[in-house]
Amino acid sequence: MHLHKFEKIWLIFGIGSLLVFLTVLGVSAFYLGNQPPSCLATIDPEKVDTTAPFNEPGLKKVEGKEWDYELVFVASAFNYTPGEVQIPKGAKVKVIATTKDVIHGFEVAGTNVNMMLEPGYISELVYTFNKTGEFLILCNEYCGVGHHMMTSKIEVVE
Amino acid sequence: MLNQLANTKVDRRDGKLAMAHLYVAFIALAIGGLAGLLQVLVRSGKLELPAGIGYYQILTVHGVVLGLVLTTFFIIGFMVSSVSKTAGTFTARQRTLGWIGFWLKTIGTAMAAVMILLNEATVLFTFYAPLQAHFLFYLGLTLVIVGTWFDSAAIYMKYGQWKKANPGQPSPLLTFMTVITLIMWDVATLGVATTVLFQLLPWSLGLVDTVNIGVSRALFWYFGHPLVYFWLLPAYMAWYVVIPKVIGGKMFSDSLARMSFILLLLFSIPVGFHHQLLEPGIDPAWKFLQVVLTFLVVIPSLMTAFSLFATFESFGRSKGAKGLFGWVKKLPWGDARFTVPFIGMLAFIPGGAGGIVNASHQMNQVVHNTIWVTGHFHLTVATAVLLTYFGVAYWLIPHLTGRIFTKKMNKLALIQGITWAIGMTFMSGAMHAAGLLGAPRRSSFSDYGGAAQAAEWVPYQIAQAVGGSILFLSIIIMLYIVVNLAFFAPKGDQEFPVGEVADNAEKTPMVFDNWKLWVGITACLILFAYTLPLIDLIQNAPPGAKGFKFW
Repeated sequence: MHLHKFEKIWLIFGIGSLLVFLTVLGVSAFYLGNQPPSCLATIDPEKVDTTAPFNEPGLKKVEGKEWDYELVFVASAFNYTPGEVQIPKGAKVKVIATTKDVIHGFEVAGTNVNMMLEPGYISELVYTFNKTGEFLILCNEYCGVGHHMMTSKIEVVE
Repeated sequence: MLNQLANTKVDRRDGKLAMAHLYVAFIALAIGGLAGLLQVLVRSGKLELPAGIGYYQILTVHGVVLGLVLTTFFIIGFMVSSVSKTAGTFTARQRTLGWIGFWLKTIGTAMAAVMILLNEATVLFTFYAPLQAHFLFYLGLTLVIVGTWFDSAAIYMKYGQWKKANPGQPSPLLTFMTVITLIMWDVATLGVATTVLFQLLPWSLGLVDTVNIGVSRALFWYFGHPLVYFWLLPAYMAWYVVIPKVIGGKMFSDSLARMSFILLLLFSIPVGFHHQLLEPGIDPAWKFLQVVLTFLVVIPSLMTAFSLFATFESFGRSKGAKGLFGWVKKLPWGDARFTVPFIGMLAFIPGGAGGIVNASHQMNQVVHNTIWVTGHFHLTVATAVLLTYFGVAYWLIPHLTGRIFTKKMNKLALIQGITWAIGMTFMSGAMHAAGLLGAPRRSSFSDYGGAAQAAEWVPYQIAQAVGGSILFLSIIIMLYIVVNLAFFAPKGDQEFPVGEVADNAEKTPMVFDNWKLWVGITACLILFAYTLPLIDLIQNAPPGAKGFKFW
C-alpha cells in the first residue's frame, strides 16, 4: 500500500516519539522501580480488624527495611483509621492500606500517593514526605452517600 | 469506492428504524444534560438539591443516560442509515432484527432508569461491585447490550448479502467501518456480559453470597476501554467519509482509512488494565504490557489526523489557496455540518494528549480518579464525539424525515457549536486544573473539614458551574434544532453526504475484507494480554466480597 511522502515523515516522527516515550516509562518502571501500587497480597475483608498489621493502624518505625516507617490505614464507609497522623519530614514511608467493605480511593492530595483500595486486597506504596505541611487524604472512588465526607489528614512536621 | 447508490435516499422503512433510535438518543440528551447542570451547580457549593434527590443519584442518571443511552442509540441509528445507504436497503428479516434490538435496548433502558429513579441503583455508570444495585438494574443494562447484538446481526447479514452480490469487490467504506466498529463492540461486550450474567446477577438475586472483585473489575474494563472507541469510531466514520463530501472535496485515501480502522480494532480491546493501574492484584508487568498496547492506538489516530488535514488542504488548494496555511480560509466555515464537527476535531487534540497522560504507567498516579479525568472525557467523548454526532444529525435527521436543513437552522447550529466550545473550555479547563491540584472526581461538594487544599478548588468548581450552564444552553439549542428538523422544517431533499476517493488514490486491497485474519489477530492479542492475569486473579483470589447498599 502506498503512503504519501509527508505521511511517512509524519508517521515516522509520531512512532519515533512514541518509542521514546515508552522507553522513558519503561526505564522508570523497571530500572528505577517506579511501579504502580500492585501489591499482590490478599486479606479476608471481614477479618481486617483482627489481621496484622491492620489490627493496629497508624505510623510505626521499622528497622532493617528499605523504608523507615510503615503507615497502616483501614478504610471503611465513610472514614479512614487513623483520622489524622503526624510524619517527620524526610521520612521514607510505606503506606499499607485496605478496605473493610466497598471499594474506596486513597489519595493524598498534593503528593503522588494515590491508590485504589479493594475488598480482599492490600494496597502498598512507598513515598518520601519531603515537604512540611498538612496534606489532605480523601476518597476518590465513589463509595456511597457519605463519599465526599470521607477524609483523613497527614501532617508532615520538622 | 465506486458507489452506484450515491444519490439514492435511505429507504423509508430503514429510516424509521434509524429515527426511532435518534429520538431516544435526544431524549437522553435532554435528561442527561439537565442532570449535568444540577451537578455542576451542586459542586459549586451554591446549590442544594431539593429533599429526596441525591447528588449521586443524578450522577448515576447523567452517566448512564449520556454515556450509554445517548451514544449507543445515536450510533446504531447512524449505522443503520449508513449501511442502508451504502450497502442497500435491509431485507424485512434484517429490519425485524433491528426492531427487536431497538425494543430490547429501550425496555432495558427503562428498567435501569426506573431503578435509578427509585434510588435502588445509585451505583454510578460503572456500577462497581460490591456496591449492590437492584437486580433489575443489571438486567436492564444486559438487555441494552443484548439489543445491540441483534443490531449487529442485522448489519452483518446485510454485509454478507452485499459481499455475495458483489464478489471480488471491496465493500462500501461506510459499511466496512460499521462492521469493524460492531465487531470491536461485540468482542468487548462479552466481558461486561460475562461479569453481569455470571457474577452480578446471581449475587444481586441472592443466589450467591459474594463476588470476586478482581475478576469483575478486569472484565468490566476489558469492555470499558473499547466502549470509548465505540463512541469514537462512528465519529471517525463521519470525519473520514462524510466531512470530505460536505466541504466538496475528496477523501484522501480509502485504503488508509480501512487500515486505521483495522488497527483500531486490533489495539482497542487488549488495553483495559490501563484503567486499573492503581489497583492491587495485577502484576505491574502485565499493566505495563497493556500500557504499551494502549499507546499503539496513537498510530491510527495520527493517520486519521493526517488524512483529515490532507483532505482539507488539498480541497483548499484546489480552490486556489496560496501559502502554507492559505487553504484554511477556503474551508466552508459557514456550514454547520462542517464547522461543528471541526470544533470536535480540534478538541480531540488536547483530549488525546490528556489520554496519553492518563494511560501512562506513572503519570496516572497524579491524575487517577481526580476531576482531571472528567475533564479529559468531556473533551473527547462529550466534545469531539458529540459535536460530530450533532454535525451528523444536522443532515441525517432531515434526510430521514424528508425535510431540509434550512439556513436559519444552520445559523442556530453554528451558535450551538460555538456555545459548546465556550462552555466546554471553561468547564473542562477548570476540571483539568483542579484535578492537578488533587480535586477528586465523582464527589459532591465538600470542604473536607475546612482543609486548606480543598479551599483552593472552590474557584475552579465555580468555573465549572459557569461552563456547565453555558453547555446546558447549547443543549437546549440543539434540542430545538432536532425538533425542528424532525417535525417542522420544510419538506425537501437533504443530501446524505458520502465522500468519494481522490482520483489519484490506489485500488483498495482486498485483504481488508478478510475477517478471519483480523478477528484472529484480535483474539490472539486478547489472549496474550489477558489469559495469565485472569488466571492469576482467579487462582489467587481473596475471599469474595459481600454486597453493600451505601446510599
